[in-house]
Amino acid sequence: MEALSQFIAEHINLIYFIILSIFVGVEVIGNVPTVIHTPLMSGANAIHGVVIVGAIYVMLHLKTDDYAGLITGFLAVLLGTLNVVGGFVVTDRMLEMFKKKK
Amino acid sequence: MIESLLEICYLIASVTFVLGLKLMGNPKSARQGNLIAAAGMGVAIFGTIFLHEKEVPMVIYALIGLALLVGTVAGWITARKVAMTKMPELVSLFNGMGGACAALISLIEYPNLKHETGALIAVLAGLIIGTVSFSGSIIAFMKLNGSLNKAIRLPKYNIINTIMMGVVLGLGIVMTIVPELNNSINLYILLGLAVLYGVMFVIPIGGADMPVVISLLNSFTGLAAACGGFLYDNKAMLTGGILVGSAGTLLTIVMCKAMNRPLSNVIFGAFGGGNSSSAGDAAAGGTVKDIQISDLAVLMNYSRKVVIVPGYGLAVAQAQHVIHEIELLLQSRGVEVKYAIHPVAGRMPGHMNVLLAESSVEYDKLVEMEEINPEFSSTDVVLIVGANDVVNPAAKSDPSSPIYGMPILEVEQASHVIVNKRSMNAGYAGIDNPLFYNPKTSMLFGDAKSALTNLANELKSLD
Repeated sequence: MEALSQFIAEHINLIYFIILSIFVGVEVIGNVPTVIHTPLMSGANAIHGVVIVGAIYVMLHLKTDDYAGLITGFLAVLLGTLNVVGGFVVTDRMLEMFKKKK
Repeated sequence: MIESLLEICYLIASVTFVLGLKLMGNPKSARQGNLIAAAGMGVAIFGTIFLHEKEVPMVIYALIGLALLVGTVAGWITARKVAMTKMPELVSLFNGMGGACAALISLIEYPNLKHETGALIAVLAGLIIGTVSFSGSIIAFMKLNGSLNKAIRLPKYNIINTIMMGVVLGLGIVMTIVPELNNSINLYILLGLAVLYGVMFVIPIGGADMPVVISLLNSFTGLAAACGGFLYDNKAMLTGGILVGSAGTLLTIVMCKAMNRPLSNVIFGAFGGGNSSSAGDAAAGGTVKDIQISDLAVLMNYSRKVVIVPGYGLAVAQAQHVIHEIELLLQSRGVEVKYAIHPVAGRMPGHMNVLLAESSVEYDKLVEMEEINPEFSSTDVVLIVGANDVVNPAAKSDPSSPIYGMPILEVEQASHVIVNKRSMNAGYAGIDNPLFYNPKTSMLFGDAKSALTNLANELKSLD
């Protein structure tokens, strides 16, 4: 119990941050027309590609003789890039369709 | 100094994610929103690579650069080249990549942990959620592209899955509180179990529910990214991840609402589960009548109002351009033409709108279900192309039907209903459709593209 309350006290800013972000996420999506659901899902999909930042960070802190780490890190950056680039490009392609007429 | 620049980069990225997602909620500003979020992502990525004071060997920069280059080229080409009809499975695939990325980060970080419970939880949670999202997305991808087209259900799969989830979570919790069990062997067991759970979670769910599953897995990956953000105290990862986690969950619920099925129903009670051996034994066995294309052309030509109901079959046959041609032909004869768009027409909510927009159908011709339903009674001809479940009256009248309660397009109110289908096979949900036996209904068998092309030619010759 004490450990828990200590944990909360230590990370109180983070907890505020998380709760407020959840509300922002909900607010931002509220009342969206069905038409836009697929592109929106795809756009959100691209945004969680931000996990690539973590992959790059990991790579930067690896030692050059840690081969297993380097291979895994390389894969992580590669997959993260696919998520980000593929995600944004696919979304853009879908939305291009809406823009075309006048 | 440099470090604070990096923080500013992350601040910019976080703001662009929120703003981008907000703008994407409106068809007018959506494209701009996507570009803004993409720009923010670029700032975060390049900031992370260059804005730090650490001495990093060239090899590592080279590897990062190579991974970025290969990923960009491959991602860009796939995203540009793939057919519009294949979009949903592509989204699922990219989502799986993100999940795998999060899981791999956890695998690398695990050996570096120094008895910090918070960090350990973040690593394990990132591993579990990322892995489930990865293996689940791959199964969803395979289901949508047809390489895995049957829902596979073990007996009592709900119980098995619930137990498995319990085991995965239990092992994770035990690893955090009992230091002796916190070792790499258990980590890999956890990884294996999470892969298996992702597969088992998605495999029993029917294809028609895949969009909901993808949306759910999408929010999972968001959470996995947020775990990474917690681990590194990285604000961009936190905002991006949590935002997608919460927005994705809400989007999932909204989609379920559009299909009038609670989320629990999608996950635990897949189509055809239970004992209602679906494939309608009640309605089957009426007679169907078919119609000649020339008769149909005349009928439509002298109608006042025609409503087209497009379904996935239209998209598969690549008939969206022909249907637009027919729409223009009819309009030039003074017929009012509209498209009735069911919220889940196609394979994902809004998918049909994207497909029709591709063949330059006017945005305001696409009418959503609530608005079009009252109009069917004043409609002369309804032309249903490659849609089935979304016009199945069993959803309203037959409580034993697996789709009972799903809102449908009430096409049977119109004077004539024409159904274009390749054969009498059941639709995606695998259930029979009493509409086909309705006396008002005529069937136009054949591939959507060739049938509609013939119809367009007939219409032209009527002039």
